[in-house]
Amino acid sequence: MNSTLISSIKKDYLNKLAEQKKRIDGRAFDEYRKISIETNIVRKAEGSARVKIGNTQVLAGVKMDVGEPYSDSPESGVLTTSAELIPMASPDFEAGPPREDAIELARVVDRGIRESEVIDLDKLCIEPGEKVWIVFVDIHVLDYDGNLFDASSLAALAALSTAMVPAERFEMGKDYPLPIKEPPISCTFVKFNKAIVVDPCLDEETIAEARLTVATDEEGNIRAMQKGLSGSFTLDEVKKVIKASIDNGARIRKILEDAVGRDHGKKN
Amino acid sequence: MKSDIKLIDKEGKRLDGRKRDELRPIKIEVGPLYRADGSCYIEWGGNKILAAVYGPREALPRHIQHPLRAVVNARYNMASFSVEDRKRPGPDRRSTEISKVISEALEYVILTEQFPRAMIDINIEVLDAEAGTRCAGLTAAAVALADAGIPMRDIPVACAAGKIDGQVVLDLGKEEDNFGEADLPVAIAPRTDEIILLQMDGHLTVKEFDEAIELAIKGAHVVSELQKKALLAKYAVAKEVKQ
Repeated sequence: MNSTLISSIKKDYLNKLAEQKKRIDGRAFDEYRKISIETNIVRKAEGSARVKIGNTQVLAGVKMDVGEPYSDSPESGVLTTSAELIPMASPDFEAGPPREDAIELARVVDRGIRESEVIDLDKLCIEPGEKVWIVFVDIHVLDYDGNLFDASSLAALAALSTAMVPAERFEMGKDYPLPIKEPPISCTFVKFNKAIVVDPCLDEETIAEARLTVATDEEGNIRAMQKGLSGSFTLDEVKKVIKASIDNGARIRKILEDAVGRDHGKKN
Repeated sequence: MKSDIKLIDKEGKRLDGRKRDELRPIKIEVGPLYRADGSCYIEWGGNKILAAVYGPREALPRHIQHPLRAVVNARYNMASFSVEDRKRPGPDRRSTEISKVISEALEYVILTEQFPRAMIDINIEVLDAEAGTRCAGLTAAAVALADAGIPMRDIPVACAAGKIDGQVVLDLGKEEDNFGEADLPVAIAPRTDEIILLQMDGHLTVKEFDEAIELAIKGAHVVSELQKKALLAKYAVAKEVKQ
């Protein structure tokens, strides 16, 4: 995602601002851009959501199918997450099979869903060893102005939270909501010129030395982490990032709950 | 394809209540994307499609450059969740063909000779699909090109006609596409009515074809007005206020 070029005059400007505790778009270091979530916008999908964080726009769609389970987990459904950095989203994205950036993005989103057990895969078993539900989460990046990790995770969670299992299509009774649990929320930070800022816009992401994504749950526990880029963090910085993730995570969780209907996940 | 479904009732109404020469509802929005040089979002019946334009910019890799004009690259892509059964991501034979005919149609109206060695990329993303995506996609792409400020002879526009239950109708819907007898997508340059995209599958007599293409061109002119209205809504200069 970082093949974007940036002029050195802009880079100097961003670095100078950072020394004065300022950012290019006027935000505080710990401030997100405006987040908006719309759900159920694709009729053909079992669940879908469009998330905007500032100018960044991501569309996630959930499709479900019936298939065979993996032999090492015969009583569990299957979850597959993929991400496409389509050339629509940025002049620097190219068509073709997913490159390492798209694969890292998909895997980080996948881990956020899988390891936190947002979807109870055991509930998606139809006939042990024979038939299970397969859940496809597809991330479509539409407009890229930084912070795809948070936008994509949020879009995936919102799409899953509103997804209906298409039982009718497979003649297995009525459609019902996909059983999901309280999700952990990812917050991404980048570091440049000794400053650490949350929710980087593209300019900040382009000059970033290091990136850290932390997913935290309702109780304030850490559920997933991913460090990226070639710079480093001190232990102290990591601790500060975790603290800020918990604070921001609580705020974003509220936005997600409002968008998908507060009790959707708890009913099941 | 034979089926028991009646696509037109006794009063001449279609499954979704339309008359034979009526379009599905269409909504066009100019410039929904931030990064793209030009963009357009279209809802056409149940279709939801985004188009984005990048360029003109240096054509890369170098060997695709044309010394006298720009190359026009449209890329039609369906989101994996846009159809009933999940589509595997990435291009297939169908989308490759559609990309090619749309590129060729758009190339005709773009003043490519003004931009030697450059390329103009047009991305068409089908987010939700329901019959007639190539027409809706081309229509959106044309608006995105205008939004990007790319010089064109005309703003192209597309619309389909077809045959269902033995009758020629405008703009096939989902069931009509699946169970109808013919589909005829057409794109035109509306100022001159030159045909820049034409495909057909099914079965039409010559007389039916004449009727269908006339209907499609008429429909395209209606859509053309919607394109212009959407562009004016974004770009019309506000009336000067007296100081």
